[in-house]
Amino acid sequence: MADRITLQVARYRPDAGPEQTFQEYEIPCRKEWSVLDGLNYIKDHVDGTLAYRWSCRMGICGSCGMNVNGEPKLTCGTFLSHCGSGPVRIEPLRNFPIIRDLIVDISDFMRKLVSVKPWVIRAIEKPLSEGEYRQTPQQHDEYKQFSMCINCMICYSACPVYALDPHFIGPAAIALAQRYNLDSRDEGNAERMDVLSQHEGIWDCTFVGECTKVCPKNVDPAGAIQRYKLSAALDTMTSFFMPRGGR
Amino acid sequence: MSTSPAQQGRNPRLLQPTISMGWWLQRGTYFAFMMRELSCVFVAWFVLYLILLVRSVSRGEASYQHFLERSAAADIVLLNVISLAFVVYHTVTFFNAAPQAMVALVGTRVPGALIGASHYAAWVAVSAFVAWVLLGG
Ligand code: SF4
Ligand code: FES
Repeated sequence: MADRITLQVARYRPDAGPEQTFQEYEIPCRKEWSVLDGLNYIKDHVDGTLAYRWSCRMGICGSCGMNVNGEPKLTCGTFLSHCGSGPVRIEPLRNFPIIRDLIVDISDFMRKLVSVKPWVIRAIEKPLSEGEYRQTPQQHDEYKQFSMCINCMICYSACPVYALDPHFIGPAAIALAQRYNLDSRDEGNAERMDVLSQHEGIWDCTFVGECTKVCPKNVDPAGAIQRYKLSAALDTMTSFFMPRGGR
Repeated sequence: MSTSPAQQGRNPRLLQPTISMGWWLQRGTYFAFMMRELSCVFVAWFVLYLILLVRSVSRGEASYQHFLERSAAADIVLLNVISLAFVVYHTVTFFNAAPQAMVALVGTRVPGALIGASHYAAWVAVSAFVAWVLLGG
């Protein structure tokens, strides 16, 4: 392993011009360094003007997603030593407007996330005095995988449907809706279905499957969407053949 | 160029994302997806071909003979070989995707590999039955 490595970092500073440019930085390459550590080295020792997001450095906060050599990744979970001899090309996540350097505007995602009501909905809340809503380990397992999402938006960056149709509600928002739908304590399925059964909801997805491949938390948003399609279709058939039995 | 609805007409300081016409050539997985979409055309061709076969049979022997002769022509053979390749690809990608979309419960959750394997088993069984019928069983 070489002891130095070159990072080609995308720069966009709206005051400096309307174009994205690339700037090269040669930095030390330590075995235990992630790509994020490399960026932090640049920020601390070489160029303090570089802008990017990060927080936890341990794959929890979901804020350090970037394109590393063309692949959307959590930079705190991608090691420089796995990037060959370099150069390592670092760009902001694709499919989002860029605010500055490696920072993208996530307001579209935040709006979509709220629209699927990712919280436990109850028809009638029981009083606190009646205690908590209990759940068996099996019931917990039903939605656990989808609850691992850290909102890193790496799946949106990999999704060509979102790139082509920005109205598409997107993989993570649907996976999170499914996380609550499958929760035995939740009663909000019908409310979420109203949002998700629209064309920009589940039906926009053509099952490219890339979101599942790139997800750093093995959430399988593509699986969530296909399962949702199946239950939406069954729901429609039930209400068609059994209008009184359907919702 | 494609802009997010959240940003349309908003901050001109944002650099908006763009997507090229050749986006599907940029990654192997995107290309594989587009080929899967394209395979639907060949599935449709096989359906049409079957309908034409049934129609020729219903019109009598001469019509059926003509259908067989036409089917043996190089252009149709080539089209059918290409179609077969695409239909097999369509089937395999569909079966591989099935465990992701289906959650089967038989007491506990059926493992995805078993769901996938059962699709292939059904494929083999149906193919064996068709072969048995065709070979005069
Ligand atoms: S589904 Fe995976 S890739 Fe998408 S936001 Fe959640 S953790 Fe990130
Ligand atoms: S810094 Fe928090 S996930 Fe990478």
